[in-house]
Amino acid sequence: MLPSLLIVFREVLEAGIILGIVLAATQGIRRRNWFIAGGILAGLVGAALLALFAEAITHALFGFGQEVLNGVILLIAVVMLGWHNLWMGIHGRELAARVQGVGDAVARGESSLTVMAVVAAVAVLREGSEIVLFLYSIAASTQSSTSSMFVGGLLGIAAGSFLSWGLYRGLVAIPLNRLFGITSWLIALLAAGMAGRAAAILAGADLLPAWGYEVWDTSSLIADGSMPGRVLQALLGYSDRPMGVQLVAWVLTFATLVIGGYLIQNRSSRTSAHSNSHRRET
Amino acid sequence: MSILIELAAAFFVLQCGMVWATELSIPSDSPINLTIENHTFNPSTFTVPSGKRFRIQLTSHDESVDEFESYDLKFEKIVVPNDTITVFAGPLHPGTYSFFDDYHPDQAKGTVTVAPSKGHDDAP
Repeated sequence: MLPSLLIVFREVLEAGIILGIVLAATQGIRRRNWFIAGGILAGLVGAALLALFAEAITHALFGFGQEVLNGVILLIAVVMLGWHNLWMGIHGRELAARVQGVGDAVARGESSLTVMAVVAAVAVLREGSEIVLFLYSIAASTQSSTSSMFVGGLLGIAAGSFLSWGLYRGLVAIPLNRLFGITSWLIALLAAGMAGRAAAILAGADLLPAWGYEVWDTSSLIADGSMPGRVLQALLGYSDRPMGVQLVAWVLTFATLVIGGYLIQNRSSRTSAHSNSHRRET
Repeated sequence: MSILIELAAAFFVLQCGMVWATELSIPSDSPINLTIENHTFNPSTFTVPSGKRFRIQLTSHDESVDEFESYDLKFEKIVVPNDTITVFAGPLHPGTYSFFDDYHPDQAKGTVTVAPSKGHDDAP
């Protein structure tokens, strides 16, 4: 029971870290829960489909369909997170002001909710398909320990979800005017980590040049397989032996989001008197 | 004379090809073939030279879906029953590296021994 609990717990926590940050970053946007729940549901359906077509996906693209698919869905998430951060650069101020009761500008924020729903779906899809396959392989097995392993898996889902919920509650305890500044940084790190991960997966399948297979080795400090290693990987794309191309993707993504966010913030604070006109009418 | 030029040209092309190959580290050798059955790798341990990229082909005879994974070798790939997958690994320093089936990590384990090879003693 314990091994299956741990396997599932790790996967759920990895998705949960992303979901916790996504929820915190969309705090206060109207109809947020519906969008994110929809994203999670879509991710679950997608995970089941991925699991169902695992063999076909593996055989696609000369046997490297899994890697290409993984890389592509990670890159989609990177674009969505980037979009959200830039959107928050424009509208975050209004949102914080509304909840503080300073202004009554109501940011509807549906364009940002859509992209964050996609991020939630991708997070659930990636880890969920592994969980589905794992639980399926337990359920299909004829061994006597099946039911206790299955219960372990379900407990793993519960424990991982609980911890992720804790992360979310911890984040939203931060006052709203500071929360969005913090979530912007967290999202820039998430996006950079995902871009690095996508590059590493594609270079791992020899679909991209690696530009060095081991730029450094910190596996004696924090190993990829350890719990801190897994959490840091989900949070900021940590790798104990990163490839060159992985670092380049990380730095490019992080720099784009931070510099882009900074430029937009500067622009929107100069035009903040007209900030209502920036609002997307959806 | 023209033969010399042709030779030089052929040599140049060969050199370019080799540079390209080392740059992408495309493994030219045949893959290492592994099978997994009853959650046991066969062979569960093998040796590769250091500083070279290599391919592992894993064929599953398990009844359940497995996930061929290694933190040391940096791969993670689903393999369904009676199917074969290919993953790349390396170049590696001399040492011992482990791999496993993430769905049965206590049973299905294996190691790669990386032996020093001339000219690539401390490569990646």
